[in-house]
Amino acid sequence: MSKDIRIKKGLNINLIGEAEKTTSKAVLSNVYAINLQDFHGITPKLLVKQGAEVKAGEPLFYNKNVEDMLFVSPVSGELIEVVRGARRKILTLKILADKSQEFVSHTPLSPKSVKAEEVKALLLKSGCWPFIKQRPYDIIASPAVTPKAIFISAYVTSPMAADLDYALKGKEKELQAAITALGKLSPGKVHVSIGKGGQSIFSKMEDAEIHNVSGPHPAGLVGTQINKIDPINKGEVIWTITPQDLVIIGELLITGRYNPERVVALVGSSVKAPKYYTTKIGSEVATFLYASGVNTENFRVINGDVLTGSKTKPDGYLGHYNNTVSVIPEGDDYEFFGWNKPVFNKVSTTRALTFSWLQPKKKYDLDTNTNGEHRAFVVTGLYEEVFPMDIYPLQLLKACMVKDLDEMEQLGLYEVAPEDFSLTEFICISKQPHQQIIREGLDLLYKEIG
Amino acid sequence: MSLKSNLHNLKERYKGKKMAPAFNAIHTFLYAPNETTHSGSHVRVVDDLKRTMNTVIMALVPVLLFGIFNAGYQHYAAVDAANGIIRQASIFGNFLTWENFIMGAWTVLPLVIVSYAVGLAVEFLFAVIKGHEVEEGYLVTGMLVPLIVPIDTPLWMLAVAVVFGVVIGKEVFGGTGMNILNPALTIRAFLFFAYPTWMSGDKVWVHQAVDLAGGPDAISGETVLGYLAQGKGAEMSYSISDMFFGFIPGSVGETSTILILLGGLFLIFSKIASWRIMVSAVAGALVMGLIFNGVVDAGWITETSKFYGLMSFAFWQHLIVGGLAFGIVYMATDPVTGAQTNRGKWFYGFFIGFISVLIRVFNPAYPEGVFLAILLMNVFAPTIDHYVIRGNIKRRMKRAKNATILPKDSEGKTQELKAETV
Repeated sequence: MSKDIRIKKGLNINLIGEAEKTTSKAVLSNVYAINLQDFHGITPKLLVKQGAEVKAGEPLFYNKNVEDMLFVSPVSGELIEVVRGARRKILTLKILADKSQEFVSHTPLSPKSVKAEEVKALLLKSGCWPFIKQRPYDIIASPAVTPKAIFISAYVTSPMAADLDYALKGKEKELQAAITALGKLSPGKVHVSIGKGGQSIFSKMEDAEIHNVSGPHPAGLVGTQINKIDPINKGEVIWTITPQDLVIIGELLITGRYNPERVVALVGSSVKAPKYYTTKIGSEVATFLYASGVNTENFRVINGDVLTGSKTKPDGYLGHYNNTVSVIPEGDDYEFFGWNKPVFNKVSTTRALTFSWLQPKKKYDLDTNTNGEHRAFVVTGLYEEVFPMDIYPLQLLKACMVKDLDEMEQLGLYEVAPEDFSLTEFICISKQPHQQIIREGLDLLYKEIG
Repeated sequence: MSLKSNLHNLKERYKGKKMAPAFNAIHTFLYAPNETTHSGSHVRVVDDLKRTMNTVIMALVPVLLFGIFNAGYQHYAAVDAANGIIRQASIFGNFLTWENFIMGAWTVLPLVIVSYAVGLAVEFLFAVIKGHEVEEGYLVTGMLVPLIVPIDTPLWMLAVAVVFGVVIGKEVFGGTGMNILNPALTIRAFLFFAYPTWMSGDKVWVHQAVDLAGGPDAISGETVLGYLAQGKGAEMSYSISDMFFGFIPGSVGETSTILILLGGLFLIFSKIASWRIMVSAVAGALVMGLIFNGVVDAGWITETSKFYGLMSFAFWQHLIVGGLAFGIVYMATDPVTGAQTNRGKWFYGFFIGFISVLIRVFNPAYPEGVFLAILLMNVFAPTIDHYVIRGNIKRRMKRAKNATILPKDSEGKTQELKAETV
């Protein structure tokens, strides 16, 4: 069964540096790291001390608020460093990998016949639970709550993001196992969205409702799809999970092992040969970045796509949820009369002496310059052109800024995640930090109402 | 060392100092800043507020140039008229002449200079005191102000009004983006209410009409609306094409409907101004004009009524005289003080057009209503938005009501709790 969803509002950002469809095996990383900023809102409690030997899949720490929620090591090795920040907050755990890998083994489950409680217990103790995120609040799902539905977006519209049909080819069995098993955790449906017209490895999946989505970015964001298929009401919870994480869950169900291996797209105009690499969660970015080479001194490495990713460094580590690493030039230079001269080589949604509307297919080489200074909200009506949800974006942002809880609730903050505001942030003339505003709004709402 | 690196070093040296915002305002004029993204999206569009404001200014330049020529033309035309010669305007014949330009520039440019100098000084002062960057809002306001005042406005009055408008109209609310009333119109309204004898009447619209009044060389400076309000429409020598092209007396920038129309199309094309507001405001003005024409046709008022002149004025001609077109294109579309929702913009614009013509006809003191109508709708814009957004909220609440919410946890604890409390 499949349904069509057509998104009209939005904007595709075409950038130079999409990954060529070839995959290499990345050099094995010596040190793997778990970056705790990847897990928003959890309070970590370490289970092992510095210097301890761990196996791949062995718990390193748990969430103090939800003690069942375990976070595991991607490889077997020695926990060599616990990097702490202000107030001894744990930032990063570094593990020096052993030559030979040992795995923690769990009992495989048969997805067809398994009970919901067994799936949940396995996901929690294997460390796969954190792959499941929930809305409202865009945090790791609470195991105590039953979601009304589960959403998976296999339609990619983010700029330069990895092509899932290519990256996950051959993983149909794992994906099917994970979808079937996860379906047991919700009385509602598992919604899978695929691009309309294309051949997707998801189009034949069972135990899921397939939606054919078409339209520009953010049609591929799961939040847009939720809003069009089954919007979240106050008191309801929806789970979301990315396809690349489904593969790891599927493999766990079939083999009983937590294997954090994934295919990552290395993209961006600063990369000499953008392409796909097979690597593991927590690998050092340099293990594959320099295999492709960079063509500039002054670049930024981003864990994720250019709109929603987090800044890292060449000696940083692949994030827990990412299957894309973007490398683009830093834009820390002045531009003479940059504010009034006609512009042909940068993206714009207006036509104020900006000419990207002439060539909608042209690919651009954007850098990280803000192209202007931070200002109060002035212009209206532009966000709505790229924001397909039935929500007033400007008003919701303002409600978050003034911390008006009632307004935030009423205007639909439950339905959104920061990433849903990445495109409005991109086009914002006042250069306001939309995603940060929404994140802080969600955190406040969680704290006050939870 | 290049200019770029010199300025960069200066900026670094004065970072955090009191005068930094003032320096940065000038620096960012020359060079787009070297700021990079720190949170959220790593790439951004090229548009910033400076570019947006600059686009509006570009749309105003033709109107300003026309205003300069027209200031000179109207002066010489009035002098001729006083001597009994009726001029026929022709663009290359007697309009685009050096004589007109010099006379116009001599009177209009001081208005522009005073408006920018005083207004920007206030902006810089507030930026330095409050330690925020100089925001670009005044770039447009400073250009609008000289275009909406009568040509012979004394410069000191203009300076006082600009200080009032920027401080009370904008800065007390928190600066650009926070103001409730359009600052340019606040300045205009201040002039009108503080110096009513200067700002109304039939003299201020043409250069030197006031100085020469009462003397042997007295010239007339009556506007089209002035003639109509006094029921002297028949004495007027302006044709419809004069009104459309703008060869009529009036505030500096408001006379040329065709250039305003082109400016409006440019703003719509560049997506800087809202076409919704412009279209609905035109519709509102036409509807009100039609109603008045209907009243006259129905014979409810007679020629003896003092409203007859303006009420019987053909409904569509309201758009080509006075400041209505200018107000609709450049002032009603101010995004900060206007309605902010797309649906709200339809209502906001419609009422601006509607009320403009209403005030224009019924105002006994001064036959122009657009700036009062826009200020009035500025005040009501948040109310319009409120009701539009209520609609969205109601839809969401209705959806939630119809939904069957699952129990909070798998054991159904919340359901039990509910049972207990009942």
